[in-house]
Amino acid sequence: MTNIAATAAPSAKTAAALPTRVVKGFVDRLVIIIPYLWLLFFFLVPFIIVFKISLSQTAISMPPYTPVLDFKDGVSGFFAGFRALNFDNYTWLTQDALYFNAYVTSLIIAGISTILTLIVGYPIAYGMARAPATIRPTLLMLVILPFWTSFLIRVYAWIGILKPEGLLNQVLLATGLISQPLVILNTYTAIFIGIVYSYLPFMVLPLYSSLEKMDYSLIEAAQDLGCPQTGAFWKITFPLSLPGVVAGCLLVFIPAVGEFVIPDLLGGSQTLMIGKTLWNEFFSNRDWPVSSAVAVILLLVLTIPIMFFQQAQAKAQEQGR
Amino acid sequence: MKSLGSIRRDFAPWNDPNAKPYIQFDKVTKKFGDFTAVNNLSLTIFEREFFALLGASGCGKSTLLRMLAGFEEPSAGRILLDGQDLRGIPPYKRPVNMMFQSYALFPHMTVEKNIAFGLKQEGMPGPDIERRVAEMLKLVKLEQFAKRKPHQLSGGQRQRVALARSVAKRPKVLLLDEPLGALDKKLREETQFELMDLQQELGLTFVVVTHDQEEAMTMADRIAIMDKGEVMQVATPAEIYEAPTSRFVAHFVGNVNMFEGKVTERSASTTRITGATGAQIVVDNGGEATAGSDIVFAIRPEKIKVTSKKPADAVNALEGEVYDVAYLGDMTVYHIKLDDGQIVRASAMNASRVSEDPLTWNDRAWVSFRPDAGVVLAR
Repeated sequence: MTNIAATAAPSAKTAAALPTRVVKGFVDRLVIIIPYLWLLFFFLVPFIIVFKISLSQTAISMPPYTPVLDFKDGVSGFFAGFRALNFDNYTWLTQDALYFNAYVTSLIIAGISTILTLIVGYPIAYGMARAPATIRPTLLMLVILPFWTSFLIRVYAWIGILKPEGLLNQVLLATGLISQPLVILNTYTAIFIGIVYSYLPFMVLPLYSSLEKMDYSLIEAAQDLGCPQTGAFWKITFPLSLPGVVAGCLLVFIPAVGEFVIPDLLGGSQTLMIGKTLWNEFFSNRDWPVSSAVAVILLLVLTIPIMFFQQAQAKAQEQGR
Repeated sequence: MKSLGSIRRDFAPWNDPNAKPYIQFDKVTKKFGDFTAVNNLSLTIFEREFFALLGASGCGKSTLLRMLAGFEEPSAGRILLDGQDLRGIPPYKRPVNMMFQSYALFPHMTVEKNIAFGLKQEGMPGPDIERRVAEMLKLVKLEQFAKRKPHQLSGGQRQRVALARSVAKRPKVLLLDEPLGALDKKLREETQFELMDLQQELGLTFVVVTHDQEEAMTMADRIAIMDKGEVMQVATPAEIYEAPTSRFVAHFVGNVNMFEGKVTERSASTTRITGATGAQIVVDNGGEATAGSDIVFAIRPEKIKVTSKKPADAVNALEGEVYDVAYLGDMTVYHIKLDDGQIVRASAMNASRVSEDPLTWNDRAWVSFRPDAGVVLAR
């Protein structure tokens, strides 16, 4: 009998403690649920809407596509609309070379821009990481500072710099370096300048964070073992900064592929990038279904580098770095 | 074949006037802005010597090591290695290697690749590199860890990889910056002996920087005690301990009692020191002291005997009271408050389990020591 009483007592105690534990567990879960709800309502639901529109047909109506899935004609009307959905727009994308070319051009431009941004950004990040610790916060601030001005205004400013009678040409002509104004605006060069300029912080910051935590004695050790400074950079510093290189490149590449403002303002009318194509389909042609299909394909194209990025990150985490 | 111990026993090139110095610091000064890290320092290290630079942090010992490695250039003076002036030679061309305090193992390379790094740099052929790496792994007993990366190793294993990597190139001199600083006490003691054996086996010159006096005493043939960028004394561990040449060195290494006084009698065999309160000490190794000069008499705690009665044959005996007793197992430490107020630290080995002359708090006691038990130092 005493045995039973002894075992019963603790279980009564746990029963009493249960409600508070349940409440606490619920609060914990709520904290996790909030970001998921955010993703659900602001990413997944809009994506499903876009995907649904991409399976519809364009129509002169309000909204400008058909079918519209609703219960105006009851449940059977809803399912009839559902059956009318098809992949015609996707087939259309493969039939017109314009879209394929736009995708490829976008990927190439984004790729070249990313490499240029890396070439420009790496020395900046390296210099910052090697600067005295007291001035590093200031340098970091200077990198972030341009974000305080509107992106659009900064791109407009580049028109003023790059146009034939612009700042750059005036300076070059005045110093006698050139006799004819350079044609930069409305070329791919202008797009590259615009993208490198706009996305530089996204490259510099991850590079800086990976270079900054590197122990300088590693470089000294490499030198001590007979490796000159440049060799030490390629054998030690660069491989160790690879996680930062990958992160920076993806942060530049992904938005650059879908970039619309920079090619539109700096690249002129003849540039063929997917962001511009999408804008034209949507606003000029008012063809929501095709532009939705373009957007869905763009998303798929970008998912590949994102997955690559996540894999690289998981690997880096596994190595404990 | 000579045993390693006997090589070490006969090794004393610093006493040989014909011995050729291997490393020479010749009036070396190093300034960082206004701060003088190393001040007009001269020092000689011999081939195959295990040399320790001992000092508190900021005394300039690491700067000295970094100048030898080539990471810093002296502001003035010369550093010679095997007769060659090292000025202007970049670190990657110097025949010295360094083991870093942080180990500085390359995190993206395996143990094997870390050790092979320096060999590849000097263009050693592949098969030779493999052989040497295998040899090094065996030397530090890490054969089964060849394919691991540094983060998969324990602290002690990392230390050994760093060691293997720094000796793989067979440098003329191996520099060790606080080599055991990151290890726990027990591992540190084991590793001290391993390092000594390794140094003998490879026949290399080791220069080690440390702030741990026990470590320096255990491993080094000679120790340089440094303070504020200057060398205070260079000597064997026994000399440093038994015959310090300054108050600083006496204080820095081990425990010491200091008696301040005036030399009241000076002859070839006897120096009489009289303290402010009239207490007298007779010493037969007066050193440089001249009659009438103010000096300090320094004596180690274990050289002092504590007894309840005045020993009949004692030349030096002072009376006081037991102020504190600390029983440490292997020995007992007494703090005796002399009648003139000075507190004397004395330690006694507990050679038998039961003391014949037990002393405890507030007992009257006598401290006594032989006339050659301490040293006379300038004030």
